[in-house]
Amino acid sequence: MVSSPARESALLSVEGVVKRFPGVTALGGVDFDVRAGEVHCLLGQNGAGKSTLIKVLAGAHRPDEGVIRWRGEVVEFGNPTSAMRSGVAAIYQELDLVAGLSVSDNVFLGHELSTAGFSRRAEARRQTRALLDRLGHRDISPDRDVGRLSVAHQQIVSMARALSLDGQLLIMDEPSAVLDPDEVRVLFGIIRELTAQGVAVIYISHRLAEIREIGDRVTVLKDGRTVATGLPAREVKTSELIALMTGRVLDNVYPRRSPVDPAAPEVLVVRGLADGDRFAGVDLTVRAGEVVGLAGLVGSGRSEILETIYGARKAAEGTVEVDGKALRRGSVGAAVRAGMGLCPEERKSQGLLLDQAVYRNITVSSMSAFAKFGFLDDRAERARSTKLTESLDVRPAGVDRLVRGLSGGNQQKVVLARWLLRECRVLLLDEPTRGVDVGARSEIYELIRRLADSGVAVVVVSSDVEEVLGLADRVLVVREGRVVHDGPADEIDESRVLDLVMEGQPA
Amino acid sequence: MSEDTALSAQKSAPVAKKESSVSALLGSAAGRNTGLVVALVLLCLGGVITAGDRFADVDNLLTILRLAAVIGVVSIGMTFVITGGGIDLSVGAIVALSSVWATTLATQGIANDTHWIVMVFTALLVGGACGLVNGALIAYGRVVAFIATLASLAAARGLAEIISNRKTQIVNVPGFAAFFDASVLGVPVLVVIFALVAAGGWVLLNRTTFGRRTFAVGGNPEAARLAGIDVRRHTVMLYSLLGLCCGLAAVMLIARTTTGSATHGGLYELDAIAAVVIGGTLLSGGRGTIAGTVFGVLIFTTLSNVFTLNNLSISAQAVAKGAIIVIAVLLQQRLARRSGA
Ligand SMILES: Nc1ncnc2c1ncn2[C@@H]1O[C@H](COP(=O)(O)OP(=O)(O)OP(=O)(O)O)[C@@H](O)[C@H]1O
Ligand SMILES: [Mg+2]
Repeated sequence: MVSSPARESALLSVEGVVKRFPGVTALGGVDFDVRAGEVHCLLGQNGAGKSTLIKVLAGAHRPDEGVIRWRGEVVEFGNPTSAMRSGVAAIYQELDLVAGLSVSDNVFLGHELSTAGFSRRAEARRQTRALLDRLGHRDISPDRDVGRLSVAHQQIVSMARALSLDGQLLIMDEPSAVLDPDEVRVLFGIIRELTAQGVAVIYISHRLAEIREIGDRVTVLKDGRTVATGLPAREVKTSELIALMTGRVLDNVYPRRSPVDPAAPEVLVVRGLADGDRFAGVDLTVRAGEVVGLAGLVGSGRSEILETIYGARKAAEGTVEVDGKALRRGSVGAAVRAGMGLCPEERKSQGLLLDQAVYRNITVSSMSAFAKFGFLDDRAERARSTKLTESLDVRPAGVDRLVRGLSGGNQQKVVLARWLLRECRVLLLDEPTRGVDVGARSEIYELIRRLADSGVAVVVVSSDVEEVLGLADRVLVVREGRVVHDGPADEIDESRVLDLVMEGQPA
Repeated sequence: MSEDTALSAQKSAPVAKKESSVSALLGSAAGRNTGLVVALVLLCLGGVITAGDRFADVDNLLTILRLAAVIGVVSIGMTFVITGGGIDLSVGAIVALSSVWATTLATQGIANDTHWIVMVFTALLVGGACGLVNGALIAYGRVVAFIATLASLAAARGLAEIISNRKTQIVNVPGFAAFFDASVLGVPVLVVIFALVAAGGWVLLNRTTFGRRTFAVGGNPEAARLAGIDVRRHTVMLYSLLGLCCGLAAVMLIARTTTGSATHGGLYELDAIAAVVIGGTLLSGGRGTIAGTVFGVLIFTTLSNVFTLNNLSISAQAVAKGAIIVIAVLLQQRLARRSGA
């Protein structure tokens, strides 16, 4: 076989990889190569096959066809351990930590440090400490139970785990989805350090700005195939990337705001809300037709505020009123009856019924609308769900599929569809576009705006400052459990929000 | 889950599948039931071969069905509780307590003075109340289901012994016996009741909001709660429903044995859970099938019958049951892993 020079210099090369699942061809022929010392970005819509591809590379899935070369030699990673031994380390999109084990046990899971069969726990703890410090997280103790950490911290632990492997190729599947801007900066610092040492990185993200900042070359996947590979990450035009990914041209991501009527009724009024722990003194008023955005760091208490408004956590102080009626504290039932809906932060543990069909996940909050005397009208449920999933472009189509088989971003759309279907007075959205691709994101913004225009009061929490500013009419900035700013979105810019968010934070 | 799901997944599969057709078949809901049907047919063949006409006799088959009816009604209720993510160890004890309460001299006296239906209501009321207590303990008292129902098991059987003074109470209400001994078009009333309960259970689980909530609560209680389902109230309803089933089973048992006794319903909890699990309902909740449960019950009852006809001991039956349970659970785990991953 003739080997071209480009192929020789490649650390990893992939040719014609195909992976099928029952009913879906997730990868239908992927080609690309990764060179030592580069950051190679993978782009593609939700369900394009990015996560599946990295699972194949990391030995978690076996490809049905195709060739993978590692340092020029054809390899078959039968399982994650053999990939790990060759020097491939992966951070998966869906975290793969074992709750119940400590942080350091998780970091060294599968490659425990040992001498003559006895595990060296003190050493493991010391190294974990060093890795966490390197990631800028002195606040995570190696002895904590991983199950008790926040998602963001779990992501950090996953990264520490990947770093501990000391691999030649580091694969990261949407690592920034749950991180703060600050943490992303630290992550990029580490990536630069590693690439300078010759380590190659495969980086997946739906945020084009990140790809421009950290990436060297870009490969675009569409429907499980490579549509472009080796594009220069800094020079290639955004419109070109989006066109490659989606096959269409998108000019405006955020929908136009319609001015909020200052006389519109105040639908949601929150006064002096405190949970006695994470946040205190939160005041928040949302008028009909208004979208209010909550910006802040992960862990600043935004999600807790939403959950407390919704009654999923019990408030220690303060009142929540919907249409002038005070809600009973700590009662989700009361909130739902008053017309409130919450799209929770963690889709897997808080949002989805993974082993149920898509349509059942969508209608679970509005079942009574489809029922007569308690008997459900399946056909109507399917019809309504189909319409929604089509407008959100959930792929693959088909509302009878189990949610478990959908890609991360498509699962997110299913959770969102649930609340779009239910006719709410107040909609609380916690990270509604986490992991959602650019095209679908603008559909979601459009839908949120349309809901607001129909008189719904919307509260959006997002770690993406640009999103908060682009989508919301009014922005609240939350820092350490307190609202430190409240004003119209067009009177504040991204850097000011970041300043407010970070203020008093150690750099 | 529903059959349509499996079918549509197969329809849209243009690519060649490498899996063996057997495991693909087992993967679909219809396929799982096929497996159970095959098992049942094999058992019956075994019965015919070893016991000949003594097995393949209308009277014998009706006996199997009448035996299956009582534990079957309990198992249908159990399917709901397990699908909803729970477990109930107290069903046998609840059956015993209900049977005793419904056959005390006092209850029988009232029944003879008024109508035999009084006994039925008494049993249903006692069973339902026990279920309510279980549910409340688990949902609002936050006691683990295993522990709460273990406690009920002990308490209910103890109470049954106290009430009956450990004596078997013979039923002497003519109307009661006449009604339940009758047949409808040759089918014993007990079997008709089981069929009705199974059909009602299927509709309730697959066609109503109650059933849909049961799947949601069992599949992911936190997501169900945040979706606006009152998980605790639903849990109480699930256990109460099972309690009612136990009450009904008690009535059927009284009719079959013409007695009420604190020893009724021994090991029903194991038989019911086993039938539910081999039927294909996931012990961890979120997936459940009524048809599977019905097959599970028939398989176990037929097995006992074949063994009894061949004069094999109860102990041998127990071993065979154990083996069947293990095989069923192994199969389930394979399926779970295939759909997971
Ligand atoms: N275990 C599975 N079983 C069945 N189908 C699957 C499975 N995993 C992935 N798929 C399917 O494979 C396709 C590719 O999914 P994948 O997770 O790789 O997408 P992705 O590009 O990572 O998307 P996202 O940006 O949303 O994370 C999707 O159509 C998905 O439904
Ligand atoms: Mg993915």
